[in-house]
Amino acid sequence: MGLATNAVHVVEANAIGYRRTWRGRVISTFVNPVLFLAGLGVALGSMVDAGSGQTSLPIPYITFAATGLLAATAMQTGYGEGAWPIMAGIKWRKSFDAVLATPVSVGDLVSGYLCWGAIHLAFTLGVYAAIAVLFGAMEAVPALVALVPAVLCGVAFQAASVAFTARLEDETGLTNMMRFGIMPMFLFSGTFFPVSQLPDWMERIAALTPLFHGVELARKLALPGSEPPVVSTIPLWVHAAYLIVMTGVAWLLAIRWLSTRLKS
Amino acid sequence: MSNESLVRARGLTKRFGDFVAVDGIDFEIRRGEAFGFLGPNGAGKTSTMKMITTVSPITDGEMTVFGLEPAGDGPSIRSRLGVVPQENNLDEELTVAENLYVYGRYHDIPKPTIRQRIDDLLNFAQLEEKRDSTVESLSGGMKRRLIIARALINEPDLVILDEPTTGLDPQARHVLWDRLYRLKQQGATLIITTHYMDEAEQLCDRLVVMDKGVIADEGSPAELIERHSTRDVVELRFASGTDEAGLDRLDGAVERMEPLADRVLLYTNDANALVDIIHEREIEHVQRLTRRSSLEDVFLHLTGRRLVD
Repeated sequence: MGLATNAVHVVEANAIGYRRTWRGRVISTFVNPVLFLAGLGVALGSMVDAGSGQTSLPIPYITFAATGLLAATAMQTGYGEGAWPIMAGIKWRKSFDAVLATPVSVGDLVSGYLCWGAIHLAFTLGVYAAIAVLFGAMEAVPALVALVPAVLCGVAFQAASVAFTARLEDETGLTNMMRFGIMPMFLFSGTFFPVSQLPDWMERIAALTPLFHGVELARKLALPGSEPPVVSTIPLWVHAAYLIVMTGVAWLLAIRWLSTRLKS
Repeated sequence: MSNESLVRARGLTKRFGDFVAVDGIDFEIRRGEAFGFLGPNGAGKTSTMKMITTVSPITDGEMTVFGLEPAGDGPSIRSRLGVVPQENNLDEELTVAENLYVYGRYHDIPKPTIRQRIDDLLNFAQLEEKRDSTVESLSGGMKRRLIIARALINEPDLVILDEPTTGLDPQARHVLWDRLYRLKQQGATLIITTHYMDEAEQLCDRLVVMDKGVIADEGSPAELIERHSTRDVVELRFASGTDEAGLDRLDGAVERMEPLADRVLLYTNDANALVDIIHEREIEHVQRLTRRSSLEDVFLHLTGRRLVD
């Protein structure tokens, strides 16, 4: 009971904070999806779909890209929320010290933060899905269904990001992870083209990345009945299990490593 | 003042690898008193506070807070503590009232009770006008007062203040001391760490002098001064090159002599008589100051070093 109530208070505190700062996030929440869908989906998509007389995808490109971008946006949001605000709490503002001077424990703090992360992701990705529907990239019901795996993908990344940040001395590591981890995944894990387009060895690596499983799960649910090359032949449960196990392991590591960092 | 002890430590030790931050200290803090830890930066004061607030595990020795073990009863202990950390860690983006509200929620206090307490605490901290301002816009002194108000939201049995006025200008310090003094009069139990001897003299009923992880002595400010210093101090400054030359001629006239880098401290129980002797024996100096002994002198005597350099 204690743990649940304390974690709920952490969620509440984050919601109050969000109420004060959401204006600063309007660009990333509302404008980025429009730019991506307009630029990549509509503009690039019209070229891809016209092709050279030979269509490689049986669906409009914007539909393909929009489902991928849903999961990729979840990754970027989750990673970002688990990185810089956590470093601020640990080091720059030391706000976690203030929280931990109350009955709230590190476990409550992490669990509350990740639960808030899920709520925040559901909102951000919900806005994204709504914009995608307006662009005609997705149908309303499948878009709603695909939100669930996208949020799961985002929480998995957020938990991993908190665990990773807890062990970093400063923000250099955060920027490097963005450059050498998040960006390559964004480009090569099936967001913009099926990983089967990659050379075999790269395809095998891509299929191991968490974003690949997030993209596949979202795409398979948003576009039921899709077949290769739109989606892989990997069963749905494998993607779901990958993301759930990743979330669980990262969640526990985040608590353990943040405890080591903050309670020495 | 009752004799109920709120914190009791025996051989309390904190090590970080090979470094010993707190080296087996004993102390006891009783309900209703203002207890000080006086010492320079790095003396082990903050490490001691972190063990009391259950943030930092004890390496060795024993300690109970409210009769509870920090290792097993962290949340229960913390629910009865008010903690004012050395560094400001308010939520800068939230308003003054929201900072108090969120903290009240962390303590699981019902919302109507929190609202009531926010009114009282804003009044206490003289921040009523700033209720809906964001923390970013507050002055340093206001932020410190808000942190103290925040620490009181759960009506704690024990308030821990780690360097409460470090970094404040003199006026803001006096406002803060005034608030802490009021808190004391209301019967609160306070633990104050400081490297300002005037702060310790003003606020503490009893204190320990801490240096390099150990407690050098313990007592009330007056007791410590009586034990380790004389009533008065005469400070002499000399023109460069001539220092200390004539000081041999003061043998027998002073209790103790303490040469510092820029001046010499002469300890005596009768400053007027000593000043006469200085004139009689023609000790040449460029400046002279007579003052009462302070905790600074106690610290100097106990450790051979000054508190603030």
